[in-house]
Amino acid sequence: MKPFTRLTSRVVPLDRANVDTDAIIPKQFLKSIRRAGFGPYLFDEWRYLDRGEPDMDCTNRPINSAFILNQPCYFRAQILLARENFGCGSSREHAPWALEDYGFRAIIAPSFADIFYNNCFKNGLLPIVLDAADVNALFLQTGPGFQLTIDLATQTITTPYGATLHFEVDATRKHRLLHGLDDIGLTLQHADEIRAYEARRAVEAPWLFA
Amino acid sequence: MEPPEAGCSLSLIACSCMSGKTLYDKLWDAHVVRCEPDGSTLLYIDRQLLHEVTSPQAFEGLRLSHRPLWRVKACLAVADHNVPTADLEHGISDPVSRLQVETLDGNCAEFGITEFKMGDPRQGVVHVIGPEQGATLPGMTIVCGDSHTSTHGAFGALAFGIGTSEVEHVLATQCLVQKKARNMQVRIDGQPGPGVTAKDLALAVIGHIGTAGGTGHTIEFAGAAIRALSMEGRMTVCNMAIEAGARAGLIAVDQTTVDYLKGRTYAPQGEMWERAVAAWMTLRSDDDAVFDQVVTLDGAAIPPQVTWGTSPEMVVPVDGRVPDPEAQADAVKRESLWRALRYMDLKPSTPITAIAVDKVFIGSCTNARIEDLRAAAQVARGRKLAANVRQALVVPGSGLVKRQAESEGLDVIFREAGFEWREPGCSMCLAMNADRLEPGERCASTSNRNFEGRQGYGGRTHLVSPAMAAAAAVAGHFVDVRTFS
Repeated sequence: MKPFTRLTSRVVPLDRANVDTDAIIPKQFLKSIRRAGFGPYLFDEWRYLDRGEPDMDCTNRPINSAFILNQPCYFRAQILLARENFGCGSSREHAPWALEDYGFRAIIAPSFADIFYNNCFKNGLLPIVLDAADVNALFLQTGPGFQLTIDLATQTITTPYGATLHFEVDATRKHRLLHGLDDIGLTLQHADEIRAYEARRAVEAPWLFA
Repeated sequence: MEPPEAGCSLSLIACSCMSGKTLYDKLWDAHVVRCEPDGSTLLYIDRQLLHEVTSPQAFEGLRLSHRPLWRVKACLAVADHNVPTADLEHGISDPVSRLQVETLDGNCAEFGITEFKMGDPRQGVVHVIGPEQGATLPGMTIVCGDSHTSTHGAFGALAFGIGTSEVEHVLATQCLVQKKARNMQVRIDGQPGPGVTAKDLALAVIGHIGTAGGTGHTIEFAGAAIRALSMEGRMTVCNMAIEAGARAGLIAVDQTTVDYLKGRTYAPQGEMWERAVAAWMTLRSDDDAVFDQVVTLDGAAIPPQVTWGTSPEMVVPVDGRVPDPEAQADAVKRESLWRALRYMDLKPSTPITAIAVDKVFIGSCTNARIEDLRAAAQVARGRKLAANVRQALVVPGSGLVKRQAESEGLDVIFREAGFEWREPGCSMCLAMNADRLEPGERCASTSNRNFEGRQGYGGRTHLVSPAMAAAAAVAGHFVDVRTFS
């Protein structure tokens, strides 16, 4: 996994609440058995005017120019600013895969759906929860050229006007993301404890191991 | 051992030190392998259910890192999202879908995982077949790469959806790194009237607390109205917990749970059954357990529900009206209401019963069990589809549900009324197979999500109970099933 340390980038304001994972990456693209290549289909139904299909070449598709991601001033932005309950609905990890493949590294919102929040950390994507008032203030400040600097080590966001916002992230997730660590490898370091648990549990509840 | 397990959970839940445990506390504590000082916990997973959409990259990850499967018998697989529901003898015509299903077949064969393949009568929607086979048992931790894994909480199991990285993690380690959620109780006392089902209770709860109301919480559903539900009804309620933002929903074990499970293939037998039942009967919240949040609803005051918008919280009683966004003071919320109305092509203050439907879908992990099909058939019996209804699909949750329904003659009732009787699968709940809405089509659906494009590009979804869906199919518009004759 790609580590996340410090990022300075433009910010795309996606001013919608309850953005669900069906909107982030529609179901037809979930037929892929690969983990990469979802970026061109990110927000497919909002980004294009036609119906997207898997493996479609997106270069000549009709663009919805009103959609924020299609405005040239936000091209190559790596920070997404969103409203509450971002990533609700389906557990599809294709949603963070698509965001990451498109180029996003961080998402700022007042709240995230739990499964999506968790999935982000597995993919080098940092979801940041801020107070609704702070998010609102960022929405008012954003525009072409507006940049934020996110520093995971110090858990801070710095605005171009010098303001610093602090965010929370739990220590284990922070450590893994800062160093791009492989979760499975870390868990397997505790293989003996897992086996000990299984042995104990097989006595207490043998039907679970029948 | 590492830090004491009790310390692990209690450190996260303020003020519960001297009180009893919730059902969630008990399930959590029984599965802690180890715990870090920040509360990150290695949680043991008893059962992983797998399907074709969210597993291929996980198996690929195992292969690339040369890791073996930790415990093959904990896994059970089925293809459901992509499978066609008609003309099965021709296989899957979409080559991309076919490859995904074949990939699951190949992975299960390679790793030795039990899989119910297409055409096997045990095949069906993953959240229908787990309980049906007794592979879902009280006291278990159950995961699946699907958010509706919350369904299995109806059995007093801690069950939640995970992403593909976590699917791989469980395949490789039988564990997940988790932080404990907070405890929420949703209590529904007061018996609902005739025609009001588990689906209506679930939608009413979501309407009340919102789609993020349960975020960060595990919801335990309790109260007389929940206790009175069959296992099918309880599964419907827990299934929808995720639509209220809660990864997991729970219902305490009682005799209804035990009676449902007895004799099922994967359930314990003989003396082991007696031991298991004794343990399961302790799976309820202690009387002095403290919840971080308690929400109370009166079941007797809940009418049949119909969603009008593009989020499950956009729901009103069938005798209500589409809301007027101008009544909303908050600008962000007002705009989101207008956006939903535009997408749904509805005008403010339209009576729900004035909304006509083009298609009807009865199916999904929410409402495709035998009781759901009986309720819909009872409404459809002796009637015909309305002229404006282009298609009404009935998609049983599994091959065994289908067989049971046919033995009761439900397929004949549906067919005579003009419904199509299909093969099991996820079907038009998410429209990954050929069953979908066309742009602009409006559907009365027994599924769980009314998001933009969910049932097909440009499609418009109204979530309802099976009886309400059947009534809409024969009336051509929404009707109050309580007064429908």
